[in-house]
Amino acid sequence: MHLIVLLPILIPLFTAAACLLLWKQPALQRVLSVTGAVAILVAGLRLLSTAAQGEIISVQLGNWPAPFGITVVADLLSSIMVAIVGMIGLAVAVYALFGIDRRRQSFGFHAFLHALLMGVCGAFLTGDLFNLYVWFEVMLIASFVLVALGGEKTQLEGAIKYVTLNLISSALFLAAVGVLYSTVGTLNMADLARSLSSADVRSVLSVAGGILLIAFGIKAAVFPLFFWLPASYHTPPAAISAVMAGLLTKVGVYAMLRIFSLLFAYDFAYVQPVFLAVAGATMVTGVLGAAAQTGFRRILSFHIISQIGYMIMGLAIFTPLALAGTVFYLVHNILAKTSLFLVAGIAQRFTGSDELRHLGGLYRERLWLTILFLVPALSLAGIPPLSGFWAKFALIRASMEAGHYLLIVVAFSVGLLTLYSMTKIWGEAFWKEKPAERPVPDKLDAREIRWMVLPSLALAAMSIILGVGAEPFFLLAYATAEQLLNPNQYINAVLGDT
Amino acid sequence: MSSLVLSTATRYLLPVLLMFSVFLLIRGHNEPGGGFVGGLTAAAAFALFAIASGVERARQMLWFHPRTLLGTGLLFAAGAGLLAVTAGSPYMTGLWTSFEMPAVGKLGTPLVFDVGVYLVVVGMVLMIVLELAEE
Repeated sequence: MHLIVLLPILIPLFTAAACLLLWKQPALQRVLSVTGAVAILVAGLRLLSTAAQGEIISVQLGNWPAPFGITVVADLLSSIMVAIVGMIGLAVAVYALFGIDRRRQSFGFHAFLHALLMGVCGAFLTGDLFNLYVWFEVMLIASFVLVALGGEKTQLEGAIKYVTLNLISSALFLAAVGVLYSTVGTLNMADLARSLSSADVRSVLSVAGGILLIAFGIKAAVFPLFFWLPASYHTPPAAISAVMAGLLTKVGVYAMLRIFSLLFAYDFAYVQPVFLAVAGATMVTGVLGAAAQTGFRRILSFHIISQIGYMIMGLAIFTPLALAGTVFYLVHNILAKTSLFLVAGIAQRFTGSDELRHLGGLYRERLWLTILFLVPALSLAGIPPLSGFWAKFALIRASMEAGHYLLIVVAFSVGLLTLYSMTKIWGEAFWKEKPAERPVPDKLDAREIRWMVLPSLALAAMSIILGVGAEPFFLLAYATAEQLLNPNQYINAVLGDT
Repeated sequence: MSSLVLSTATRYLLPVLLMFSVFLLIRGHNEPGGGFVGGLTAAAAFALFAIASGVERARQMLWFHPRTLLGTGLLFAAGAGLLAVTAGSPYMTGLWTSFEMPAVGKLGTPLVFDVGVYLVVVGMVLMIVLELAEE
């Protein structure tokens, strides 16, 4: 059967439930958590290998036919994203074994990590707009608990800001869902797409599109809606901020890609100027914000914003090459960003601090950590032959073909400024002499460090593979873009075989 | 702040409320009701008992930790959907036996799902209520 589409949702659900039942046995929870993450990765890769053959698999839950029941559907974009979730989930689950303190682990870290993964996979796989809202809430609740877990003062402050602004986004999303449902009478995305392309109620729907743009904009942290992100992402332990930095904002980008390519493609010209402006402004503000920061993970948090700008840029240009660039950028950025956050966590473990002025001397003490930082950092800045180069190359080329020259200038300068930020971290944390005063770090165990390094190493290696052997991945991204630009395939897959 | 009236009344109310919650759960099969309201009623019953006789005794009375109920409920609800997969239908398809139970009607996987929801709701609400009552 088509259980394969559901496995990425069911595996973390069962893992989380089992972790709840084994609350008093943290050791078993750790085994379960890693096993569950491996299973998600395997399921995601299986799904991707099926989708790569051009097949779109859809399942009607409960056997209720398509526009009435809930549809779960995996096309190329969804499958790629789910496979990446599997990778990040596994990396973070392994890293957390020693990267998260025992107290947090015994207060349900593993259960909530899997609840978060379930929410993310669900959002990527659902074919129903209201269901997408539900998955957003699952994600929000799980990530709220993760941010607040441990209950330190800074954490709670970050968590409040995080949850408040995201609740506003959810409310807006729900309002847009209501507007769509009252005008069209369906929430199945494929059915919506079919009705919208023929309906003459488009003026009302532009309103819904606008509200959705703001709702997803908050989730994706675009200009000027990004304030919650730098206020909260650096507060929890590195493993938690890594999984959030890697995945959560990208769900917002995914939702924009899906909704605007599927539902509002018919008048994309109408929203295009907005997207172009947002893309440029997001890139610039993110990178300038980073320049003013002095914390390792704070800098990285601001860079998430500027990277989101690049992804929106691809969506704004809306040609096959640009969308392929966005998809490639999503994958590249998730890998590189998570890996950088994990490295920041290791550095913090060595030095007891996340502040750049306390770091320093890491190059002399830990050469390997320096290399581990350098690969994703250079990749983020877009240095060939790493993955970020190809992602930026595709976007800039697409932008040139479409004649958006101003955006090219912005993208180039932001790339340079990204490099500047990375050199700042490099100079302060790695190159500079060891500072005289520095907080005393917790005792370290070589075995613990090994388990923390392993996932960062794997992600850095993936980033190199994605860069050096870019062609097959890029072809896949291109196929994804073509699938996105021909929504009929998606619509038929959902509504056709019922 | 123990009140004789409340604790005496609760002694009689608790079993009635619990039976009513099961009634709601089973009735929800074909008519208004279901696992969610049933679970809320059961949780309210235990919350009432906690107010009347103290949180400690309520936890003893509950026998399981609310968290365990929550986890078991999730497994029930998600597992009920899997049964359909083994029969070759899409996930969550309702499977029905031909066995007709008086007052309940036909038995099937949706009932298992509802029991799961019931447990999740009881576990979730009591986890919050008992925790807050202990503060």
